[in-house]
Amino acid sequence: MTTVEYLSLSKPQRFFVRIGSFFKNIPIAIWKFLKKIPNWLYKIIKKLIITPVKDIKDALLYGDWKVRLSFILCGFGQMTRHQVVKGALVFAYEIVFIAFMILVGGPNLGNLGTLGIMGSIQIGDSLYYYNDNSLTIMIYSVVTIVLILIMFAFWVSSIRSAKKLQDLERVGHYDSFKKFVKSLTGESYHIFLLSVPMLGLVVFTIIPIAIMILIGFTNYNSNHMTPNHLFEWVGFYNYSTILTSGDAGNSLFLQTFLQVLLWTLIWAFFATFSNYFLGMIVALIINQKTIKLKKLWRTILVTTIAVPQFVSLLLISRMFAPSGGLVNGILNNLGWIENMDSIRWLSDGANNALLPKVMIILINTWVGIPYTMLICTGILMNIPNDLYESAKIDGASPYKMYMKITLPYMLFVTGPYLISQFVGNINNFNVIYLLSGGGPNFSYGSQQVPGTLQGVGRTDLLITWIYKMSTTTIPKDYALASVLGVIIFAIIAFFSLITYNKSNAVKNEGDFN
Amino acid sequence: MAKMISQKKYRSQKSIKITKQIITYIFLVVLSIIWLIPFAYLLGQSFISMTAGPQAPYSATLFFPIFPNGDNPGNATFDNYIALFTDPNFPFFTWWLNTLIIAVITSVVQTILVLLTAYALSRLRFKGRKAIMNMILIIGMFPGFLGMIINYFILQLLGMSGSIFSLILLYIAGSAMNYYIAKGFFDTISKSLDEAVLIDGGTNNTVFWRIILPLSKPIIVYTILISFTSPWGDYMMAAYLAQGNRNLFNVAVGLQQMVGIYASEYFTRFCAGGVFVSIPIMILFFVLQRYYVEGIAGGAVKG
Repeated sequence: MTTVEYLSLSKPQRFFVRIGSFFKNIPIAIWKFLKKIPNWLYKIIKKLIITPVKDIKDALLYGDWKVRLSFILCGFGQMTRHQVVKGALVFAYEIVFIAFMILVGGPNLGNLGTLGIMGSIQIGDSLYYYNDNSLTIMIYSVVTIVLILIMFAFWVSSIRSAKKLQDLERVGHYDSFKKFVKSLTGESYHIFLLSVPMLGLVVFTIIPIAIMILIGFTNYNSNHMTPNHLFEWVGFYNYSTILTSGDAGNSLFLQTFLQVLLWTLIWAFFATFSNYFLGMIVALIINQKTIKLKKLWRTILVTTIAVPQFVSLLLISRMFAPSGGLVNGILNNLGWIENMDSIRWLSDGANNALLPKVMIILINTWVGIPYTMLICTGILMNIPNDLYESAKIDGASPYKMYMKITLPYMLFVTGPYLISQFVGNINNFNVIYLLSGGGPNFSYGSQQVPGTLQGVGRTDLLITWIYKMSTTTIPKDYALASVLGVIIFAIIAFFSLITYNKSNAVKNEGDFN
Repeated sequence: MAKMISQKKYRSQKSIKITKQIITYIFLVVLSIIWLIPFAYLLGQSFISMTAGPQAPYSATLFFPIFPNGDNPGNATFDNYIALFTDPNFPFFTWWLNTLIIAVITSVVQTILVLLTAYALSRLRFKGRKAIMNMILIIGMFPGFLGMIINYFILQLLGMSGSIFSLILLYIAGSAMNYYIAKGFFDTISKSLDEAVLIDGGTNNTVFWRIILPLSKPIIVYTILISFTSPWGDYMMAAYLAQGNRNLFNVAVGLQQMVGIYASEYFTRFCAGGVFVSIPIMILFFVLQRYYVEGIAGGAVKG
């Protein structure tokens, strides 16, 4: 569709064309992304395999005996060429690595296939007792794999630099370790800055997530709890449990999962946009030139941010409690309701728990409006005033000015913020868990219900379901929790991908003025 | 005649303007009441004694127990606050101290690590910079709780699972994930300053300490404020690591237990605890509010 054709449409038509083109763009965005993957893979392979292999071949063919000895004794080339400390460090890592492989890494890696044996096995005349721990095997195996990768990187770089040092020596230069240390404040400053943060990230975030993803392919749950029991590989069984049918052969699991997923998306959508638009309106009202005591109004709203969120959320959840809660108490005193528990604000299961869902979104606006108000206040002041003045001269109404100037400008500037809010709301544990605890629970009638479904409620998000699966449900099921986590990742990745492409397009247009 | 009409018109326009203003102010007052009611309720309830047996906490007197009502004198007491520190069944002071220790250590170390990461990713150009940024982006898409389950076992293997320092370690280890806002700030500082120092024979190290840090007071204060206040509100991680051990709770988990399990029995004491936790943080927040606003507004625009 050309621009002229688009402009010739009426306003509602334009709106539908825009929505249509948004959805039409989704497959295109995904296709664009997929097309990039082979290129990335090639780049990664080139960096990680092709170039190192070439360098190592060079070193083997043209290096002297010192370089060649570095193939076995890492760091030898450096030690014999003025870099004693650096070479010794690499060599020390090699020795520690070999010791680790023999004592811990090797045996555990060997057990990774079966995830351990428990009990006694008779071989010939002698009885062997095994008491393995599947989880320890898994953790050590992943750590070992990471250490192997590091060793490989060290090995390659030690050979490379041995060869480099040999070449430098030929022209009479040498790099000393002192020079390297000195460069840590100069051109290698990033190594100095990033080593500690990245170490923390690898050890306590990347490795655990990798292990947890692997656990999604095992049957790690209360019935296979370490250290008294083993768990084992089950392939894609957990994925098929969630995506096709439950343990009992009925589709309860899939039904529940789809309802939780749907509510998670609905929640994230409404929570994000209700806060955004209402907060912006409040900011506009407070920012009017004629309004006095601006600071007072703002401070009152900002109190919500200053008080720790869990205090206000727990308090509000008690205020709306059916018996002994403030709201029902007042309504009862006024004679509007007869029984204290006739309105269950946060636990009414009727109409697919519509009332609790609406209440949660409303209470969330109470929590979220002040944030948006603060953010918008700053940005609203940046909108060039002459835009409004010229609009006023043209006789535009305040509503029209809002739709034509304020809103487009705000959307343009805060687009990325909206995306991150949406993602944050998908994982908004506190609001849901502290307000309704995920309840009211699903009712399944007389059907046979798998244990993992028993604690799940109609206002549960995927993230609170994961939490329940690994703490409160009987039996606990870490494997299914892992699968749900991967699904959250997939959803967030999907949305980020679409909006990334979309926001790029918006930037190019720059049509708000 | 014409003059009178125009005056009338002027008057009616003026009255419309005034009505508009009045409506706006009414709106703002209603808004303020809605936003303040929970806190007034919290404060009022915290002075009600539950020892006389549970009372229905919804009449006007109970709402603000300080004021006497007819023949009832004001029944405000400090019982709840005293019980917070004396009742061994709910070691509130331990929880509060736990949270304070966690918050202080986390805020110091996390701020340093965030600034280092943000500076490196913003000002330095090196091999693998894009890769690190993409990696952090992708890790951020996984729910943080996923790694938590395994971290608990790893900390058990390391023999650290029975102490609050394990929680501190986990908060600190994830610091690099929060680099975005500080990076956005560093990006806005002019690069010519760096170049001037480098030409004069300085190193990147000098640039960081002498140029960037003195210019980034707002973002440093913001990072400290955020990393100090966020441990006070963290429920999920703290609850999972404590695994029901009351001595390891932070205030969020402890107070949730107070209202979660013993719903109405300990409600007023929960309110007292809530007030006690909130007041220092509120003071800190309002003192540093300017920096907070700058931080979140800048972060929202940069994305």
